[in-house]
Amino acid sequence: MDLSWMAWTWQTAAFFIFIFASIACMGFLEYRWPGGAPRRGVFGLDTTRGDRLFITLLGSAFIFLGWLGVMGTPLWGGLALAIAWGVFVFWKV
Amino acid sequence: MSGKTDNQRAWFLVLPVVLLVAFNALVPLMTVVNYSVQETFGNNIFFWHGVGWFQDLLRSERFHAALGRQLLFTFTILLIEVPLGVAIALCMPKKGIWVSVCLVLMALPLLVPWNVVGAMWNIFALPDIGLLGWSLNTLGFEYNMTQQPLSAWITLVVMDVWHWTSLVALLAYAGLIAIPEAYYQAAKIDGAKAWAVFRYIQLPKLGRVLTIALLLRFMDSFMIYTEPFVLTGGGPGNATTLLSIDLVKIALGQFDLGPAAAMSIIYFLITLAICWVFYTLMTRNEAR
Repeated sequence: MDLSWMAWTWQTAAFFIFIFASIACMGFLEYRWPGGAPRRGVFGLDTTRGDRLFITLLGSAFIFLGWLGVMGTPLWGGLALAIAWGVFVFWKV
Repeated sequence: MSGKTDNQRAWFLVLPVVLLVAFNALVPLMTVVNYSVQETFGNNIFFWHGVGWFQDLLRSERFHAALGRQLLFTFTILLIEVPLGVAIALCMPKKGIWVSVCLVLMALPLLVPWNVVGAMWNIFALPDIGLLGWSLNTLGFEYNMTQQPLSAWITLVVMDVWHWTSLVALLAYAGLIAIPEAYYQAAKIDGAKAWAVFRYIQLPKLGRVLTIALLLRFMDSFMIYTEPFVLTGGGPGNATTLLSIDLVKIALGQFDLGPAAAMSIIYFLITLAICWVFYTLMTRNEAR
C-alpha cells in the first residue's frame, strides 16, 4: 500500500504511536481494573481515567502552542510543563 | 458489579463505525498533521519544516485578526440566537392547528441550502437593487454591505440569525412540550408568576436541549464557510474574513499546504477545547 500521499515523517509517526499507545494503555487498564476509576477532582469535575488522558493531551497541546507563541523553539520547557500538567491531572483532577 | 455475566462482545458491533471514522476522519486528520510540519511545492515532494509553521502562525497578525473575527461572530450569534430561540419557543402554541403551521414556518429556513442562503441574502442586501438594501437607503440609512464593514457584519449576523434561530427554537419547543403538566399545576397552586415559572421550571427543564442547541450552534458558526463566502466573500477588504475563509485562501488560493495544515490543527484544537468547556460546564451543573 502506497502511503506517500500521507507525507509521513518519523516524527509525526512517533507522535501518533504515542497517542495510540496511550489509548491502548487506557484499554489495558480498563480491562485490568474496570470502571474507569471515577472520582471528583480538584476542579470539581467528575472524571474517569479516559477523561484525564483527554484533559492531559488537550492541555498539553495548548501548553506547547503557548510555549511556541511566547518563547519559541526549542520546546523542552513546554515539554516539561506538559509532563508536569499530565502528572497533575492524573494525580489531582 | 452485579452478578450478571460481564459480556463485552457487543463492542465488536461498533467496529464498522470505527472503521468508517478512521477512513473519513482519522486518516485525513493524520495527513493534515503530517503536512503541518512540512513544506511542499507539489508533486508529492515534502521538506521537513518542524514547528515553523505553527510558530509563524501564532505570531501572525493576520491569524489573530481572523480568529478574533471568528470569535466575535460566533459569540454574537449565540447571544442573539439562543435567547431569541427560547423566546420564540415560549410564544409558540402548545396545541391546535397553529402548532403545525408554526413548526413548518420555523423549519423552512433550515431547509434552505447554505449557498442558497448566501446568494439570497446577497441579492436581498445589495444597496442598489436588493429589497433590503434599497429600502434602507431610501429610508435614509447609509447602508452598503459591499463597502462598509459594519453593514457587512450586520448583514452577516442577521443572515445567520434568520437561518439558524429556528433550530434553537425547535429544540427549545421540543423541550418545553416535554415538561409534564403537573409542574405548571403546582406552580399555579403556589401562585407563581410567569417569570417564576420560566426561571424555576421551564429553564431548568430546558437545560439539556439548550446544551445541545448551544453546542450545535457553536460548532456550526465557528466552522461557518459557505454563507459568508457567498454573501461577502470575506470583504469588504478583510472585514468578514472568518477563520475558515482565511484557511481556504491559504490552502487553495495560495496553495500553502503547510501553513494551512498548521492553521487547521489550531482551528480544530480551539473548537475541541471550547466544546469540551461548554459541555463540561453544562453537564456539571446538571449533575449537581
